[in-house]
Amino acid sequence: MSEEKTITIEVDGQTLEAKPGALLIDVTDAAGIDIPRFCYHNKLSVAASCRMCLVEVEKVPKPIPACATQVTDGMKVQTRSPVALAAQKGTMEFLLINHPLDCPICDQGGECELQDVAMGYGSDVSRFVEGKRVVPQTDVGPLIATDMTRCIHCTRCVRFGDEIAGMRELGATGRGEHMTIGTYIAHSVDSELSGNVIDLCPVGALTSKPFRYRARAWELTRRDGVAPHDSVGSNIQIHVRRNRVMRVHPRENEAVNEVWISDRDRFSYEGLYSDDRLTRPLIKKNGAWAEASWEDALEAAARGLRSVAAADADQIGTLVSPTATLEELYLAQKITRGLGSANIDHRLRQSDFRSEGPAFPWLGQSIAELEKVDAALLIGSNVRKDQPLLAHRLRKASLKGAEVHFVNPLGLDLHFDANQVVSDLAGMVHNLAGIAKAAGGSKVLAGRVSVSDEHKAIAKKLKSAGSATILLGNLAQSHPDYSILYGLASSIAESTGAALGILPAAANTIGAALAGAVPKYGAGARPAEKTGLNARTMLESPRKGYLLLGLEPGLDCANPALAKQALAGAECVVALTAYRSPSLEETADVMLPIGAFAETSGTFVNAEGAWQGFGGAVAPLGEARPGWKVLRVLGNLMDLKGFDYLSSEEVRDELQQACAGARPENDLDNTTDGEIQASAGKLMRIGEVPIYAADALVRRAAALQETKDARDAAVARANATVAGKAGVGDGDTVAVVQGGQRAKLVLRVDARVPDGCVWVAAGVPGSESLGDQFGEISLEKV
Amino acid sequence: MANEVLFRNLDLERLWDIDQYRSRGGYEVLTRILTQKTPPAEVIEWMKTSGLRGRGGAGFPTGLKWSFINRDAPVDKYLVCNSDEGEPGTFKDRDILRYNPHALVEGMVIASYVIGAHRAYNYIRGEFWEPYERFQNAIDQAREAGLVGKDILGSGYDCEVHVHLGGGAYVCGEETALLESIEGKKGQPRFKPPFPAHVGLYGCPTVINNTETLSSVPSILREGAEWFRDLGVENSGGSKLFSISGHVKNPGVFELPMGTPFAELFELAGGMRDGSKLKAVIPGGSSSPVIPGEIMMDLTMDYDCIAKAGSMLGSGAVIVMDDTTCMVKVLDRMSYFYHEESCGQCTPCREGTGWLWRVVNRIENGEGRPEDLDLLLDVQGRIRGKTICALGDAAAMPVEGMLRHYRDEFQYHIDHKKCMVGAGA
Repeated sequence: MSEEKTITIEVDGQTLEAKPGALLIDVTDAAGIDIPRFCYHNKLSVAASCRMCLVEVEKVPKPIPACATQVTDGMKVQTRSPVALAAQKGTMEFLLINHPLDCPICDQGGECELQDVAMGYGSDVSRFVEGKRVVPQTDVGPLIATDMTRCIHCTRCVRFGDEIAGMRELGATGRGEHMTIGTYIAHSVDSELSGNVIDLCPVGALTSKPFRYRARAWELTRRDGVAPHDSVGSNIQIHVRRNRVMRVHPRENEAVNEVWISDRDRFSYEGLYSDDRLTRPLIKKNGAWAEASWEDALEAAARGLRSVAAADADQIGTLVSPTATLEELYLAQKITRGLGSANIDHRLRQSDFRSEGPAFPWLGQSIAELEKVDAALLIGSNVRKDQPLLAHRLRKASLKGAEVHFVNPLGLDLHFDANQVVSDLAGMVHNLAGIAKAAGGSKVLAGRVSVSDEHKAIAKKLKSAGSATILLGNLAQSHPDYSILYGLASSIAESTGAALGILPAAANTIGAALAGAVPKYGAGARPAEKTGLNARTMLESPRKGYLLLGLEPGLDCANPALAKQALAGAECVVALTAYRSPSLEETADVMLPIGAFAETSGTFVNAEGAWQGFGGAVAPLGEARPGWKVLRVLGNLMDLKGFDYLSSEEVRDELQQACAGARPENDLDNTTDGEIQASAGKLMRIGEVPIYAADALVRRAAALQETKDARDAAVARANATVAGKAGVGDGDTVAVVQGGQRAKLVLRVDARVPDGCVWVAAGVPGSESLGDQFGEISLEKV
Repeated sequence: MANEVLFRNLDLERLWDIDQYRSRGGYEVLTRILTQKTPPAEVIEWMKTSGLRGRGGAGFPTGLKWSFINRDAPVDKYLVCNSDEGEPGTFKDRDILRYNPHALVEGMVIASYVIGAHRAYNYIRGEFWEPYERFQNAIDQAREAGLVGKDILGSGYDCEVHVHLGGGAYVCGEETALLESIEGKKGQPRFKPPFPAHVGLYGCPTVINNTETLSSVPSILREGAEWFRDLGVENSGGSKLFSISGHVKNPGVFELPMGTPFAELFELAGGMRDGSKLKAVIPGGSSSPVIPGEIMMDLTMDYDCIAKAGSMLGSGAVIVMDDTTCMVKVLDRMSYFYHEESCGQCTPCREGTGWLWRVVNRIENGEGRPEDLDLLLDVQGRIRGKTICALGDAAAMPVEGMLRHYRDEFQYHIDHKKCMVGAGA
C-alpha cells in the first residue's frame, strides 16, 4: 500500500493529521473530539440538514456543518467556541420545540441521541409556549413501530432505503413544519433490511415493534453473539434481561456485516419463546410422549443407538442441521464415527450427490471482496433473500458498474440492476452449458449445447472483467443436477479466470464441512477412513437408528415425505432439538431438549471461512441444555472415547487442531457426466425456501411471520400458461400433488415463474408431506 | 432614459411575435455570434465589462458566473433560466415572458453557446399560464426560424430550449431546489459546495440565471457592453425592471437605469394613493428589510445605496406602504408566508419560521408577551446564516428590519392589545 499524503488541521487547538478531502466530522470522530450530529451517518450520503454539527472555521464568516466540510491543509476549526456553541445550542432548541419530550413513555429513552445531545446542548426551560406539532399515527408493518410526532427529520431512514436497502419505502412528504416521514400511501416497509432504520433513527420515531414497551435500555445486559441464519455470520449484540433475550442489535464488523443486520437476524429471537419449545426430555412410550428425567432420557437414547450399532454400525444414520454450532457438529460426527458408522451429513436440502463436492467449500473470496467485483454470475440463487448482506455487497458492486447475471429457475425482485436468465430446471443446465461453451470450456455436455448471444455476452464479460466471480446459490445446491451445475460453473471459472464460490445456505454450512459432518470427510476436511451414506441415501435406504441434531424432518429435508417415512420405520430415532416439531413427534423415540440460538456457546464458520466464536447469552430454557453438553454425555454413556470436555472451547480447540492446514478450496471439478435429472417435459416444483422459513428458529418468529415476505410464501405460483393448462386462475384454491401427497394452496399467477414450473415453497407449514423440493409435481383444480 | 433594454419594444403591436422582435434587430446578435463563431471567452469579457449582475436578487456578476464553467469538460452542460419569480412583490419576469419572450430565447441560446450547453431549460412559475404560453410560442417560432434546435443557422451548433412549469413552491426559486424540481424530485435546496457550475442539473456543470439577466444579454451584445454599463451607475451597470406595488396610484413594472432616485420611480407609479402619506418601503422583495419612507425618499435604486441603508435591492420589487399600515400585521403576513414555504429540510428554518410566525401572530392578536420582542430577535438570529439556503435568511431579515425601525408599534401592540395605526387602532 502506498503512503497517502496527509495534511494537518487544527481543531480546538489540537493538531490533527488527516487525508486531504476527508470530512471534518470523520477526522474529529477519529480523534475523539465530539461534535454533536443527527443527520450524519458515515454509511449514508451527507444531508447536512440537521445543522447540529455547525462549527466555526477560521476565515469562514458563518458557522458551517462539519459533516459536509472537507478538510484542507492548515484549516483551523473551533468546535466549542462561542460562535459554534451558539449555533449548536440554537439548533438544539429548534429541534426540541416541536419534539414531544415524552421520554418517560418512549422506547428510545435512555439510548436516544436527542436525549443525549440535549443534555449537553439543550436548555432546562423551553421558551416555546405554542402548541406542538402532532403527526397522525401510521402502521408500516409488523417490525417497525412508528411515532412520527417524535421525528426530527434527519432523513437517515429515507437515505437508508434509497442507498442501502435499495427500495425507497420511506420518504419525506409535505413542506416545512408539515414535512413528515412516511410511506406516502399506506404501504408497509418490506425490505429484508428494514430493521436497520430502527438503529439509524436517532430518536424514538422508529422503534422495534416486537420489543415495544418490553424493557428499558438500562435494564439490558449486552452480550456479543453471531447471527444464526445465513452464512454471513453477522456480528450481533444480544440484549438480555433476567435470562431472556429481549432484542438483537448489530455489532460493527466492517469485514462481515459492516454495521447492518438483516431483519431475519434481528427479529428471529422471538422464536426462542414459542409455545412449542422443548423444555424437558421426552420419551415415547407405546406411541405416546412422556416427560422423563435427563438420566432416563439419555440412558434410553444411548441404549437405543448402541443396540442398533451393536448389530450393524452402518445402520446408524446421523442427520445434522447446518445451523448447529461447530462444536455440536463435531461431537455428532465423533459419536457417529465412534459407533462405527460413517453415515453423517448436514446437506439436508441437497438431492444430487453424483459428485461429492469440495471438502472445504467457501465463498471463493472474502465477503468484502464481493463488492469489488466487476462481473458476477449467480447460479440458482435468490441471494437477496437468502444472504441479504451478501446481496448488499453485490448491490454495491453493481452500483459501481459491475455486471451481474443470474441463471435461475425463477425471476427475482432485485434491488440492483442485473440480467436474469430464467428458465426451467433443465433449461438452467442448458443455459449454463451454453455459457461454458461460449467461454471456451472443454468437454461440457458435448454435442447437445446451443450457444445464444446472451451466453456469449455473459462469457465475454466474465472473461474481460478485472475481477469476476461465479456463485452457486441455495437453489443450485438443491437442484436435481447440482453436480452438473457445479461442474459447469467450475468449467466457466476455469476458462474465464473468475473466482468460483458457494453461497452457503446456513450459518454453519462451512463449519459442518470442517467438523466432518459429511460422509466422505472427517474433522478438518480430511478424507475419512470409511465413507458412508449421504443425507439422501441415508433416507432412500432407511437406517434402523437415527441421530438427529437440530432439524425438523418435515421442513428441513429436500424430500420431507421420504424423510418422515424413513424415520418412522426406524427402530430408534434420537432427536436433539429445541422444539417439539410435529414431524419429530411423529417419528422420534427420544427428544432431548437443547439450547437454541443464544443459549449455547459455540462457533460458526461463515461463508468466507472465518471462525466466529460466541458465548451463551442466556441459559437454555427450562431443562434444556447446550447441545455440546448433551452430546458429550451421550458419548460418555455409550462408552465412547474422548468425550471428557469441560467446555465448548475444549471441543473447538480439538477440532481446530484437526483443521490445521485446511484451506478452503472449491476444487475445479469438471465432472459433468451423467444425465440431466430435471425432466424438461414434466411439470417441476420450484421448492424455494423462503427467507423466513430457513430454519426452526425463524419459522417461529412471530413478527417475521407476519411480514409480506412470509405471507407471500404461503401460496403456489405459476405463470399464466401453466395455470391455463391446469384450468386454474389467480386466486383459485389448487391442490399441488407430489407422490400421492396433496397440499391445498391458493394459486397466484406470477409471470416470474418459468414455463413447466410451479413455485411451491419448502420449509413452510403445509409442505411437510410433499416430496422433492425440486421434483415432479402436478397441479389440480380443487 | 426609461425602457432602453427589455421594454424597448413596448410600442409595437403583438410585440411577442418573432417578426416584431426581429424588426428591431432581434436575433442579430445570435446570428452574428454563431456565424462568426465568436470565441465564448470574448462574450464573457463583454458581459464582465457590461457590469450586468444577476437580476434574481443576489446580484452575482453574470460574466463571472459564466466563466466558472469549464467549457471543455467532457460532460454535458446545461443552461437553466429561473423564471420562478416567487418573491412576494416581484412580477417583472412575468412581463418579460409576456412582452419580450424572444429576448429571453435569444439570451438563453447565446448563454448556452458561451458555456457549451446544448440544452437549456426555462423553469417557469406554475401560476404563470399566459406567460408560459407566450414563451412556448416564442420557442416554437424560433425553432421554425432555425434559431433553436439542431444546427442553428447552419452553424453546426445545436441548442434545444425546454420549458418546465413549476408546481407552486416558493423554494423552487432557489437555484438548487429548482434543479431538483427539474430532475423530478422534491424541491429542496442542495448543500453547497459543490456549486452548480461544477455539479448542477443531472450532476453536470450548469449555469442558472434569472429571466431578466438572460433577456438583457442580446441588447448588451448588440448595443455594446460599455453602453449598457453606462446606463447605470458604478457597481450597478445597466437598467433594471422595478415592480412597484402597494399603496401607490399606478402599481406596475418600470424599466429604469440603475441609480435612478427612488423618488423618480415613486413619481412614475403615481405617488401615494389619495390622501395617504408614505410610511415605509420594502425595496427589494419581501425578504429585504423594510426602510422608513423618509429615508427611502433620499435613496437611489442601485445595489450599493440600498445596501448602505441596511436593506437590499434584491429583485427590484418595491412594496410601498402608507401610514394606515400596521407593521405588526405586515410582518404577521410575511412570516406566515415563509413558515408556509419553508421546505422543511433543515432544522432552523423548518422549526424557526413557524416559531417566528406564531409569536408575531400572537402579538397581532393581542396576546403578545413582554419578552416576545427580544425572543423574536433572538430566534431570527438563530436562523440567520445557519441554513442550507437563503430562505432562512429571507424569513429572518424582515423580522429584524421591522423591529429595528418599528419596535414601538410592536411594543404598543403588546401593551395595548391593538394597533397603533390604521383601521385596528
